[in-house]
Amino acid sequence: MSAEMLLEIRGLSKSYSGVRVLNSVSLSVRKGSVTGLIGENGAGKSTLIKCINGVTRPDAGEILFAGETLRRTTIESALRRGIVTIPQEFNLANEMTVRENIFLGHELKHGGVFLNHSAMRKRTAELLERLESRISPDAEVSTLSIAEKQIVEIARALNRACRLLIMDEPSTVLNPPEVENLFRIMRAMRGDGISIIYVSHKLNEVKTVCDTVAVLRDGEFVCEKPTAELTARDMASLMVGRELSRIFPPKPAPPAEDAPPALELDGVTLEKLVHHASLKLHRGEILGLAGLGGSGRTELAEAVYGIRKTVSGRILVNGREVRIHSPAQAVASGIAYLTEDRQSSGIIQTFPLAWNCSLISLRKYCLASFIRKKKENAAAEEYIRRFRIKTNSGATPIGELSGGNQQKGAIAKSLDHSPEIFIFDEPTRGIDIKSRGDIYSFIGELARRGMACLIISSDLEEVIGLCRKVAVMRGGTVAGILEDEHVNEKEIMYLATGVK
Amino acid sequence: MNRNQTTLRKQRAWTDILNESKPFLALAALLLVCIISNEHFRSPQNLINITRQVSYTGIVALGMTFVIIAGGIDLSIGSLLALAGVSGIMLMGKIADPAAAVLAAFAATLAIGILGGVVNGAIITLGKVPSFIATLGTLSIYRSLSLYMADAGTVSSSNDMFRALGSADFLGLPLPAWVFFGLAVVFGVILRQTSLGRHICATGANAKAAEYAAIKTGTVRFITYAIAGLTAGVSAFLFSTRLNSISSTDAGLSYELDAIAAAIIGGTAMNGGRGSIAGTVAGVFILGIISNALDMWGAPVNLQGLVKGSIIIIAVLIQRQKNA
Repeated sequence: MSAEMLLEIRGLSKSYSGVRVLNSVSLSVRKGSVTGLIGENGAGKSTLIKCINGVTRPDAGEILFAGETLRRTTIESALRRGIVTIPQEFNLANEMTVRENIFLGHELKHGGVFLNHSAMRKRTAELLERLESRISPDAEVSTLSIAEKQIVEIARALNRACRLLIMDEPSTVLNPPEVENLFRIMRAMRGDGISIIYVSHKLNEVKTVCDTVAVLRDGEFVCEKPTAELTARDMASLMVGRELSRIFPPKPAPPAEDAPPALELDGVTLEKLVHHASLKLHRGEILGLAGLGGSGRTELAEAVYGIRKTVSGRILVNGREVRIHSPAQAVASGIAYLTEDRQSSGIIQTFPLAWNCSLISLRKYCLASFIRKKKENAAAEEYIRRFRIKTNSGATPIGELSGGNQQKGAIAKSLDHSPEIFIFDEPTRGIDIKSRGDIYSFIGELARRGMACLIISSDLEEVIGLCRKVAVMRGGTVAGILEDEHVNEKEIMYLATGVK
Repeated sequence: MNRNQTTLRKQRAWTDILNESKPFLALAALLLVCIISNEHFRSPQNLINITRQVSYTGIVALGMTFVIIAGGIDLSIGSLLALAGVSGIMLMGKIADPAAAVLAAFAATLAIGILGGVVNGAIITLGKVPSFIATLGTLSIYRSLSLYMADAGTVSSSNDMFRALGSADFLGLPLPAWVFFGLAVVFGVILRQTSLGRHICATGANAKAAEYAAIKTGTVRFITYAIAGLTAGVSAFLFSTRLNSISSTDAGLSYELDAIAAAIIGGTAMNGGRGSIAGTVAGVFILGIISNALDMWGAPVNLQGLVKGSIIIIAVLIQRQKNA
């Protein structure tokens, strides 16, 4: 191992319950460098990170850190070596102060017993100053913005004598000036000899801030190259393994203007997070709903589906105003909703696939409230065929299927109550590329048959690839609607952030 | 890899069958050991006695199984049994015509049971109080009400028809056993074959996903408490006919624990979402046979709780293994 390498990984493999997630993956990280780690959802990035930071152990392969082979790594031993991870969901105790968080678990003490508050405050102030931040060491974390919380996480990492910092999608929750600040900090850390692994979907950012970029695809290592040799477009093709445009169905033609919209939102306002949101969705249309995390996209969808209360505004289905206070009423109005969080609200993992498919529409299969199981199973078999769901039978618990097949089951569940309007919230989050293509083609097929489809997605490629028309939310309202050639990354981000 | 997965699935199918039949295998083994080892145990009269004894808790355990599968717990069930029983017998004393009195007592006992369950359900679903806390409260309230009504004593009936019901049997099996088995079949069919049963499982397995799937999870949970209350009422009526009286202090005491234990031993998941009525019936018999056999072997009465407790813990450990 050459002296300038901090981390070298060779032949790393990992399987979960018989499914191979990483297959002989390699990776090298130089001292004082920023390495971009990119790959589709489900490509194995998070598993690779978990192997490095001790959350899980690989089945095979070697991890060399600073010339030493890591064996039986635990979270604690990784931290002791200076391997620090900043997860997507921050690990901060919200009710505690910045200082308390930075020293959580290794507090400075007088005589090993009493907390030395003044020393901790001083050290915290130094760290924050080094990061050019104005956060007070005594501020309670819950009062900080997301960007500030991230700074606190970085300060905590520095305090732990961090040598390798792993950042998982750090920029998704930031606006452009905050991203700039993050990059400035990352470059300063690199200057101090700290290595960074930067996991991101945003290829332009990877291009900007990373020295090298490593690509994973379906658990396989594709390549590791200097960023200078690749364009963002090259990275995208390497991730997907084929030309992006080919996985999206052709976009439907613009709807006839005279028909009333299948779904119209007119000034929908919630108690918080959504204010005066308006949009129109027509039959056979695939409308994108883009925006940053926290812009109110999901909350708006949940209001339409009857999970959140609206305080004012109207929801019209086929031109008629409807009052929706529960999912049951939404379903009765012909609205289907695929939730963004499949595990917790989309499916019942322990239930067989067939039971999940009939979860909403069970009455259809009942005769005087007795379930006709033959009919239920036949319907499930039909979905298995139509959606190419990989499973032995409809009796397999859906939790045992892969993410992509679970998602197909969740779509089947919502389709089975014969909706006219289908809201997809992050339809391909965390699923493999093949299922992703399948799901895009189902959405295309549904639209051709007249379904009104609304696609909520943080994945701009997806929104741009699927939708001819995109509504962009910012700060809880629809900031603008883009059509045809205006549907591009630049204009969407401009509307989403309000910054050119 | 594909072949691997297929064998993995086949193995899993077998382990599933094994897991689901665990309570029955345990019951069969227990029965075999007891029958071989003790001549008193195997006498038909003793076996019939066991069946009668387990029926009272068994009926309550059926309702408890629904509550637990839907993700809740009902600690008040034993107190509710006492309250319903006391109410029934007291009402009976006020009616002259014997047949009408028995009918009125039957209706009142069931009605109080259902009402108590409805109150539990309302506190839990409308008041959004965790079921453990809500029913811990009503455990105290229902017991206190029955003590107050009976002046902390026993209320007795002087109705001969009532007494006759208590010793009634059919084809050699006592009436409570018939009711227990009959209800078990009905409950089993509800759980496996109807949309209500499916919704109970869905609510317990993942309430949020069930909610998003347009299932009215509040209503579903409410119904399970009402049903549990009904089973407490049925059990109270049968129990008081047996003794021709009911004690406001002792009746139903710790029935909730036996009912929970039976459900858990029978494979119902403590966190909800999964369980079977047949399993609960097996669990009820396992507990009943053990306590009877300990008597027959002359084990100290005060140590029976130790055995029962150990079995509950072992059952949960076995369940945990399955989930791991």
